Amino acid sequence: MSIATVDTRRIGFDSATFEAFLATRSEPTWITAARRAAFETYQNLLQVDLDPEEFKRVDLRVFNAGKFRPTAEPADSTAIATLLSDKTEFGGSIAHVNGQSTFSQVSDEIQSQGVLFGELQTLLTSHRELLEPYFMTQAVRPDSDRFSAWHAAFWTGGTLLFVPRNVEVALPMHSLIAHSRNGVAEFSHTLIVLEDGASATLLEETSSASESIAGLHVGCVELIVGKNANLRYVQLQNWNQNSWHFAHQAGVVGSNASLQWTVVGLGSKLSHIHQDINLNGRAATAEVNGVTFASDRQKISYYTQQHHQAQGTHSDLLYKEVLRDDARVIWRGMIKVDAAAQQTDGYQRSDALMLSDHARCDSIPGLEIEADDVRCTHGATTGRVDEDQIFYCMSRGISRKEAMHMIVEGFFQQVYDRIPVEVVRETLSRTVQGKLGIEAVAV
Amino acid sequence: MTSVLKISDLHVSVGETPILNGVNMEIRQGEVHALMGPNGSGKSTLAYALAGHPNYNVTAGSIEIDGVNVTAMEADERARLGMFLAFQYPVVIPGVKVADFLRHAVSNVRNPERKEGEGLIGMREFRKEIRERMTELGMDHEFARRYLNDGFSGGEKKRMEILQLAMLQPRFAILDETDSGLDSDAVRVVSEGLAKLAGPLMGVLIITHHKRLLEFNPPQFTHVMLGGRIVEIGDAALAHDLHANGYATVRARHPEAENTKAEAAAVAS
Repeated sequence: MSIATVDTRRIGFDSATFEAFLATRSEPTWITAARRAAFETYQNLLQVDLDPEEFKRVDLRVFNAGKFRPTAEPADSTAIATLLSDKTEFGGSIAHVNGQSTFSQVSDEIQSQGVLFGELQTLLTSHRELLEPYFMTQAVRPDSDRFSAWHAAFWTGGTLLFVPRNVEVALPMHSLIAHSRNGVAEFSHTLIVLEDGASATLLEETSSASESIAGLHVGCVELIVGKNANLRYVQLQNWNQNSWHFAHQAGVVGSNASLQWTVVGLGSKLSHIHQDINLNGRAATAEVNGVTFASDRQKISYYTQQHHQAQGTHSDLLYKEVLRDDARVIWRGMIKVDAAAQQTDGYQRSDALMLSDHARCDSIPGLEIEADDVRCTHGATTGRVDEDQIFYCMSRGISRKEAMHMIVEGFFQQVYDRIPVEVVRETLSRTVQGKLGIEAVAV
Repeated sequence: MTSVLKISDLHVSVGETPILNGVNMEIRQGEVHALMGPNGSGKSTLAYALAGHPNYNVTAGSIEIDGVNVTAMEADERARLGMFLAFQYPVVIPGVKVADFLRHAVSNVRNPERKEGEGLIGMREFRKEIRERMTELGMDHEFARRYLNDGFSGGEKKRMEILQLAMLQPRFAILDETDSGLDSDAVRVVSEGLAKLAGPLMGVLIITHHKRLLEFNPPQFTHVMLGGRIVEIGDAALAHDLHANGYATVRARHPEAENTKAEAAAVAS
């Protein structure tokens, strides 16, 4: 039963905010019409409780949407620290600050291959026939829940990567989503479409320009991987600890295609990611990696679903979480196997390492299987740093603190080993060391 | 100057249970000592207490290295002063490469003032050194890239302990049944490895039930432990005799030691 007096101004935006937002947009009428439809859905969904299965452990009581508004003020990305942008050679790079596109560049070579890379609204407008069929239709739908509808009404642009049939983009692409002002609500969308036989890598990161500003991200990630295509996507969430991060993220993987997806959660005050992996083509495969390091009073929540819809599909999810201080991590994972998806191989595992007595982790794996010839395995562990490991390190001259750090890095190493992009492995290792408080090691 | 590890009247309890009831021993650099005794007599407890395991409480007595009392020191401080324990059951540390682990350990032991984040021993120099030591111990260089003890066979784990011994070059090495659970080839490798490493700068305390390790590393001193005390001290001949004839005659000569053990058990229950 719903509480009779839902103050929707605390949980979402009203029509005055929506109209004010629309007034700042210059966009084709079909996009505005789609926003209006989504807004109506959104207003209805605001009256409906969130799915308890997904949200009952996510405490949103202190969230106040009224503190955040979209902005049309010009922004600048030059002063924003990024983890990745200067660490390797990229084939293209794009930045969004406070929902405004501030920078976009792609190499001539990649452009000449017919690849589209750049600001989503611009490209959606100029290539409507090609791109509209993919936008919030296959991977994430506006009416999934309150957050997807909110995003569909207010999306503020984003990153588009479209790779035509059989084109291989060798260099990784880079995308930055940033906040630079206090009180900004930002709704960046990431849409990646790989046509049949294509291959590409996108490394995306989020960043706050300073520690003190509060920001709201209601995002959406859509990964559409055609037959025999191969996509590697990394999202490195590194907001400051005053930020709220809500996102619907979904991949659709076609026949014999593969998706390698890495989700990293380091920042935010509270984040909730709804992650769907839809294996809807024969022998599609997905490897999903999660690296989460929550500290202080951070709350980081994941709801993951590996949905096997076709025969011979393969999914392998490994999430690793480290919790310190008073942090809270929630992982609710589900493997769903449709009746048609025989000879499916599904695997999911979440391992949490607790560095404090005050931290709390809920790991809840689940299976829903309708086919009868499948192999599905799941597991979750939660444990403290093993004192025997610490003593062993100490007996070799390594201090207790350094031993703890080494063990934490080793714990994550098992996920790093699955990530094929070297710059990501290095960046994660460096960033985790930073969060652990280890100064750069002079070699 | 020859360093000395001096153990005086050491009493150690685990939880409320007294295990060691006044152990005295002096080990100098360059000496090999054997510690023998039946199961449960307290040999491993002495090893852990010397290394500084937090669960082994020293209730009386002291451990000194060259007159410095280390009894209250943490395990890492002791290691930096030259103490080393080769574990009976080496610990697996998933995701931490042998080379990274040892580079940190070597950096700390050779530069005892080093703090976390400060300079490590140079990569090139370290790599050359670890490769040389691995070659000497007949180890595949691939070992350096594996995760510490993860998926290692019993023999590989023990060999890894000897590699660490070789890299850390401690002044005092305690080997806690480093030869147990190994096939005879592996025992030979470990025994030969230790024989190569133990020289005038290393004092060695070997805890063993087998002959092999002591044949390769003949002890100048053999200590026999019963009921948490050293009840007899001899030379290599004593070790040989115990291997051949067991502990019955020692027990008969020291009935009071067994009583101490019974009392300890009574306290614990």
